[in-house]
Amino acid sequence: MAEYTWPSREATAVIGKEVDRLDGMAKATGAAKYTYDVNLKNQLIAVALGCPHAHCKITKLDVSAAEKTPGVVAVHIFEHAAVGREVEWEGELLAVVAAESEAAAKAGVAAIKLEYDELPVFVDDEDLAAAEKAGRTGKGGGKTELEREPGDDDDEDEFVEKEIARLLKESKYVVEGYYGIDAITHCCLEPHGSTVEWKDGKLLAYLSTQNVSGTDEGFANDLGITSSDVEVKCDYIGGGFGSKFAPDYWGVAAAKISKETGRPIKFLLSRDQELKIAGNRPSGYINVKIGADENGVLTVWDSVHWGTAGYKGGGVSQTVMPYVIRPKNYRRIATTVATNTAQSRAWRAPNHPQACAMSQTAIDDMAAKMGANSYDVFAANLRAGNVDSQHPDAANVYLAEMERCAELIDWKANWHPHGKGKAKGSIVDGLGMALHTWGGTANNSDCRLKVSPDGSVEAFCGSQDLGTGTRTVIAQVLAETFGLGIDQVRVNIGSSKYPASGASGGSTTVGGVCESHRRAGLDALDKLFELAAKELGVDAASLEAVGGKIRVKGSDKSIAWKKACTLLGMKPLEINASYKRGDVSTLSSSGVCGVQMAHVEVDKETGVIKVKKFVAVQDQGLVINPKTCKSQIYGAMIMGIAAALYERRITDPKSGAFVNAELADYKLARLGDIGELVVDLYEPESERQRGVIGNGEPPAISPKAAIANAVANALGVRVPVVPLTPKRVLDALAKA
Amino acid sequence: MKAFEYASPRTEAEVVQLLSAEPGKTEILAGGTDLVGLMKKMIVTPDRVVNIMDVPTLKSIDELPDGSVSIGATVTLDDILAHPYLDVYPAIKQAIRGISSMQLQAQGTLGGEVCQRPRCWFYRNGDGLLSQGVAEGANEFHAILGNSGPAKFVNSSRIAPALIALDAQLRVLGPDDAEQFVPLAEFFRSPQREGQREHVLAPNQFVSHIVLPPIEGRTCATYEVRHGEGPDYPLAAAAAALRLNGFGIVQDANVVLGQVAPMPWISQEAIAVLRGRKVDVALAEAAGEAAVSRATPLSQNEYKVQLAKVAVKRAILLAAGYETGGF
Repeated sequence: MAEYTWPSREATAVIGKEVDRLDGMAKATGAAKYTYDVNLKNQLIAVALGCPHAHCKITKLDVSAAEKTPGVVAVHIFEHAAVGREVEWEGELLAVVAAESEAAAKAGVAAIKLEYDELPVFVDDEDLAAAEKAGRTGKGGGKTELEREPGDDDDEDEFVEKEIARLLKESKYVVEGYYGIDAITHCCLEPHGSTVEWKDGKLLAYLSTQNVSGTDEGFANDLGITSSDVEVKCDYIGGGFGSKFAPDYWGVAAAKISKETGRPIKFLLSRDQELKIAGNRPSGYINVKIGADENGVLTVWDSVHWGTAGYKGGGVSQTVMPYVIRPKNYRRIATTVATNTAQSRAWRAPNHPQACAMSQTAIDDMAAKMGANSYDVFAANLRAGNVDSQHPDAANVYLAEMERCAELIDWKANWHPHGKGKAKGSIVDGLGMALHTWGGTANNSDCRLKVSPDGSVEAFCGSQDLGTGTRTVIAQVLAETFGLGIDQVRVNIGSSKYPASGASGGSTTVGGVCESHRRAGLDALDKLFELAAKELGVDAASLEAVGGKIRVKGSDKSIAWKKACTLLGMKPLEINASYKRGDVSTLSSSGVCGVQMAHVEVDKETGVIKVKKFVAVQDQGLVINPKTCKSQIYGAMIMGIAAALYERRITDPKSGAFVNAELADYKLARLGDIGELVVDLYEPESERQRGVIGNGEPPAISPKAAIANAVANALGVRVPVVPLTPKRVLDALAKA
Repeated sequence: MKAFEYASPRTEAEVVQLLSAEPGKTEILAGGTDLVGLMKKMIVTPDRVVNIMDVPTLKSIDELPDGSVSIGATVTLDDILAHPYLDVYPAIKQAIRGISSMQLQAQGTLGGEVCQRPRCWFYRNGDGLLSQGVAEGANEFHAILGNSGPAKFVNSSRIAPALIALDAQLRVLGPDDAEQFVPLAEFFRSPQREGQREHVLAPNQFVSHIVLPPIEGRTCATYEVRHGEGPDYPLAAAAAALRLNGFGIVQDANVVLGQVAPMPWISQEAIAVLRGRKVDVALAEAAGEAAVSRATPLSQNEYKVQLAKVAVKRAILLAAGYETGGF
């Protein structure tokens, strides 16, 4: 069996090189077919009625007029919309109309007669007192860690109270703060949905999904068939961010209606439905008190945070608090708030962006209180071991990344104490930083590799490309392994009929597909080396595959790749490889750091903020393709700027309506808003040796805290809740 | 979208003939950047859509004998930006540049921009233009002036404040070959009941041209407070047109606020402050204060008072040739 390793930096020809995305041209020209682009012959278009109220009891749902609407072929009522049932958030789909055209389906929806009793609505997740009064709060858990232990006779609760009070009292500096981060939605450009058809009792589902290999079962379970009766296909997806792991009840409905009508069904959510029901990130708000010594090294942290993940409550997990900078003594308590909003879904690094925005703002306020440089306070805490990170050598890596990041943003030259910068008219500038961590372990991944006697190489894997470069990365791994060009290997992903590969969530894809394809490649190469060794009359161990040849290391003796493949005889060589998540391997590992620094300008008269420059320094072990890797980070930074300055779910306090569930009103960052973005990949040999680690989530974590800290540095006043809208900036200035 | 009849007339008279006298039955299609979205969401459901883009007389920018400039209703915003006749009206070009959307500027027309429907999300979500829920609801982008009646939305036009400040008139055509010239300052109104439009035209009248009087030594500017650089609507805006004498003393002024009231808001208070005084930062600030002196913010939009004040101050400073000191 082959030894599974990566070649050294010096020996690589394709890995570590900025290879263009293999599907870039197809996407740029529109040749790439996304789920939304799939149109099947004789298909019906499905349009759904969403619940118009955030909390109500259905008293009548009459679809008879819809059924009679010209062009309407079928109407399906969801079980949860039966008369007498309570609906707890606006937009929840109640019924779906399938018709010959979108217009006919919409006319059908408009003809549905819905009646309901309005029930009390609660959506003000930021107001903890109001939530308590409304009976909407629950326990979210907590933890206390103290260096000193209570004596045998001590009451434990009392001891904790006293010990925290003592630590705060003995701290040189104490900061008491309030911070928060509003709920946002995933806002996928391509809404959730599918186009489905049945053929000979089997379902073919073109599904917009992050989970090609795992959604066949989801369909099968609800349709009373087996997974092998379902093929899920997704060649291209227009955004998922953690919200597209399942067929969803509307996907299953499409399959049911298709079966009932004997026709293909195209059913994708409307824009407002996409925002209202198909994924949101929980909000988080915190009251915190921290103490620090004369260097800003935290001695104690005491916090209560709350927020909502929707109608079931939930919120930001207490386990990630305080985030990355964690003192030896802390108490963290979480409260959940149930609101009349759809339940949240995983959003790029679940819990981390909120935890970062709720804790590293407090660290920056500590620096402000001390009149110290924020950089020095973060560094002092890292040096003192106040670190909680998934990277095994976190403190050293953070410090090295901070140094690099500071150079790139010219921290020393641009720094001024909080609120003490020189104003140009009404404009002030400021710097801020934040740190993050993530796992990024490789997911399960199987693949089948075929090397044909004509020299062609083709791989099959039930993974998916979220737009981040999965195809390209697989091709690079295979090309490197076989000493071929990137255009000499063919990569097939996006079907549940291919060998199963894990869902793309948690930054696990690049690790998983690299594991399976590198293993398959090396196993295939072993077989080819055996054949070539006989042909060349040498020992197989002396061979290497480089430059389109299999050659004897250190000599000119070689056999061309194509010629070597003819030695396979008539049949192609087929290799199946498998990687199971958690298996120890030199090819991949997990745990990263990451540092981001922002330089912003704020117009004090209007509260408008502009990002001047934003720098990310990110480690992710071995980088297969620096270009797609950096693109991933740019995207995360832009998404982060949106959440820091613009983006939020706005609900009407009275009706609970999600009022800005349209792209015209749901504000995102545009090109003119992102300033100068700089990405630096931190990949010294010590990191490269760790193997591949996913970087999908980590760079999406820090932007909110880094930008909020930069604004606090500019103004000398904390704007506590992100996004930092002009309203909030002006309110904070007025209060100061 | 509801099925509709589509008409594409070639003359102004044909346009009038195709328009119904009954509200809601016909809609005029120009660039379509607003109408199509409203129709897709079934907020407006006309029986007939009258496309005016193929009427040649509505497409040109002409200088009239008295030095006025007449702009056809279907002239695109990009064409206005590119036209040299309009260089003397920077307030208009600044407002168009602020839209920050290649698509809206290439496709959108001046007539359509001025007649666009409010962006109010209650209206756009199907709750009507005068939704009762606004006063205590999600109203952070709603009106802070002129909001004592049932209308709490803001007029969304980006260009109307500048056009009003410059004393623009509308050429309006109606049945029986009726041609009238309506000052834009008198065109908008605050609807008092659901179904009433935000302007004074009858359903079978339409705007054919916008006529700008000669600039005659006036200076002008538009300043918008925008949350970001994208095509989102401003949070507050103002346009100012000033006639200054050789000593920088204001002889005549117009100040019109946008995005703060159900109609573009002519601020007589700001105008009174400016007249007879020399423009400087303090005067511009005083005019800004005066402009919002009667503001009545709703439950969530008090911050807009400050933004409106700053917009007025900065529009005046820009018109007088000063730096704004901000973004």
